[in-house]
Amino acid sequence: MRIVVLLKAVPVVGTERLTSDLRTDRSGTLEANGADEYLLEAALKLAETSGAEVTLLTIGPAGATEALRKGLAMGAASAVHVADDQISGSDGTQTVELLAAALGRLEYELVFCGADSSDGGGGVVPAALAVRLGLPYLSYASQIEPAPDGSSVRIRRLNPTGYDVLEAPTPALVMGTQVLGEPRYPSLRGIMQARSKQVQTWTLADLGFEPSAVGAAAARTAVVSAERPPERGGATVIRDEPDAAVQQIVEFLATRRLL
Amino acid sequence: MDFDLSPEHELLRQTIRDFAAREIEPVVEEYERERRFPTDVVQMLGPMGLMGVPYPEDEGGAGLDTLAYAIAIEELARVWGSLALIVAAHTSLGCGPLHLAGDDAQKQRYLVPMAQGRVIGAYGLTESGAGSDSGGTQTTARHEGGPDGGTWLINGGKRFITNAGQAGTYIVTARTGERPGGGAEISAFILEAETRGFSVGRLEEKMGLHASATGELIFQDCRVPAANMLGEHGEGFRMFLKILDGGRISIGAMAVGLAQAALDASVGYARERRQFGQPIGMFQGVAFMVADMATEIEAARQMVWRAAWLKDQGRDYSLAAAQAKLFASEVSQRATNNGVQVHGGYGYVEEYKVERFLRDAKLTEIGEGTSQIQRIVIGRKVLDLKIV
Ligand SMILES: Cc1cc2nc3c(=O)[nH]c(=O)nc-3n(C[C@H](O)[C@H](O)[C@H](O)COP(=O)(O)OP(=O)(O)OC[C@H]3O[C@@H](n4cnc5c(N)ncnc54)[C@H](O)[C@@H]3O)c2cc1C
Repeated sequence: MRIVVLLKAVPVVGTERLTSDLRTDRSGTLEANGADEYLLEAALKLAETSGAEVTLLTIGPAGATEALRKGLAMGAASAVHVADDQISGSDGTQTVELLAAALGRLEYELVFCGADSSDGGGGVVPAALAVRLGLPYLSYASQIEPAPDGSSVRIRRLNPTGYDVLEAPTPALVMGTQVLGEPRYPSLRGIMQARSKQVQTWTLADLGFEPSAVGAAAARTAVVSAERPPERGGATVIRDEPDAAVQQIVEFLATRRLL
Repeated sequence: MDFDLSPEHELLRQTIRDFAAREIEPVVEEYERERRFPTDVVQMLGPMGLMGVPYPEDEGGAGLDTLAYAIAIEELARVWGSLALIVAAHTSLGCGPLHLAGDDAQKQRYLVPMAQGRVIGAYGLTESGAGSDSGGTQTTARHEGGPDGGTWLINGGKRFITNAGQAGTYIVTARTGERPGGGAEISAFILEAETRGFSVGRLEEKMGLHASATGELIFQDCRVPAANMLGEHGEGFRMFLKILDGGRISIGAMAVGLAQAALDASVGYARERRQFGQPIGMFQGVAFMVADMATEIEAARQMVWRAAWLKDQGRDYSLAAAQAKLFASEVSQRATNNGVQVHGGYGYVEEYKVERFLRDAKLTEIGEGTSQIQRIVIGRKVLDLKIV
């Protein structure tokens, strides 16, 4: 079974900044998007238990290489990096078009992606991509179980009272959550092995795109203004012994009718 | 000339930093307070490859280089001096002699499980009467005939041995005769922890590095097979001088990590703590301490990395390693001391951790050759005179 994991390279969490034209500044250090790493971990577990082959796919600037390198060190077999200066400034729709084109050149039974990205936070790409490719869309997976022959996939989706079970034939797109489990750390041996793994770099031309079809000028959405969220006011910090602290928290919640 | 780390070294550094922050940092205080050896934490390191960083994969290691190893030790020391020492002693002193002088059978049997992190290693050189004068070993090994080359009967004891009581494999030195010129002939042996006649004596109550074990090894008619002699008969002294050269790189890296930890804490504190209506970092008296720390740490790190690089190039690194260890350990002492000073009274209490860095850093001026011994090594090389 072949799994493509979409892995976005985002600014290191906590260092996000906007450029003067209100785009995410990607000139600093980038890291793998946390939400995507849960899916990568799920894919790597499938690689271990059932021999799945995991390919990473990212669209991003040159600095995205580091996120791919980490994914390869964690155990992915290969990676595709769609990189082209023209892409900068593209919006969600264009991202989906580019991903669809890149996936069109790959063979897979499953596409995995995280719920959202820590920089943009739009959360539209997974569903839109599934629609664009005409793939079954299985969202908010907390567990992913492909059939042994890879012909179908079954997931659990948490709901307020338990979980739903969704099943679909492959190829399919699965969007998952952190309930899938913490991502592993790359082992030192994995870091060394990553050196000899293949990273293909594809340009717009490789994907058959005209430069004018992507980028800020062709985007259908634009950020009009951005403001810092207001500072959060007066948090109550309780530093008592656990028993006394629990008592206070219960009272706090009870007086607000939250219990 | 390229001062950038390779992408692999960068990823390694980031990986260990993440791992240390999330998995190690939260438990440090408890182990240190209870003076308990962190078995659980050490067990997590093996699968990541952190217990055999610079050794080839077919010897159980991660297949990286000395520079990667120095980075790993620095990052561990940044959160926990004890753990850095445990790993450094295991890797440089426990695994090192086996990598350097072990035959294939010895490597398979002892080095592979050690470098994979399944067995902890230790190195017994120092004795109560033989510290800086490590050639003054009084422990003896006497050969007795028998099948398979016979056995060696070891008697004596070692002191101040890191990982004592925790290690499964010990590399120990003993006198095996007299040199033609008079001095002691010293050989090295591989000793399994369960060997009859071997026991671990008292464990030291130390100034710092509380979660690491430092203890006495006792040999009473302790018999090891001839196959467990490590390296050539009588080559033990030469071997450990070489091992100490390499070990100094890791102690230097540990010193840098502890100093960096003190700097990180001090920067945060100096920006936040206000006195006389402004952050204390705006007083030159404080800012200059921080500036000196940052400058010296940078210099020390470059020296450690250069020594590691020379070793990786297969070049002579013993002068560079001694210089790096000497400088980094003294920088560490100053920087951690200033770290406490920047914190004022808060630095003197345990909650702020900087006092731990100071206590831990002191060891780096003593272990694997005191600063005085490093100066002797360096002075001899520079002056080409027999300095005493
Ligand atoms: C926490 C800890 C862990 C250790 N781990 C290990 C280990 O794993 N394995 C191991 O074998 N050993 C280990 N040691 C021992 C360590 O290497 C020795 O303590 C060190 O080499 C110094 O020896 P000593 O303590 O006997 O001091 P001494 O040699 O007695 O030195 C006392 C003082 O005299 C000075 N001095 C000695 N000779 C000279 C000279 N010729 N010229 C000028 N000054 C001199 C020294 O610099 C020092 O200031 C460890 C020690 C500690 C504290």
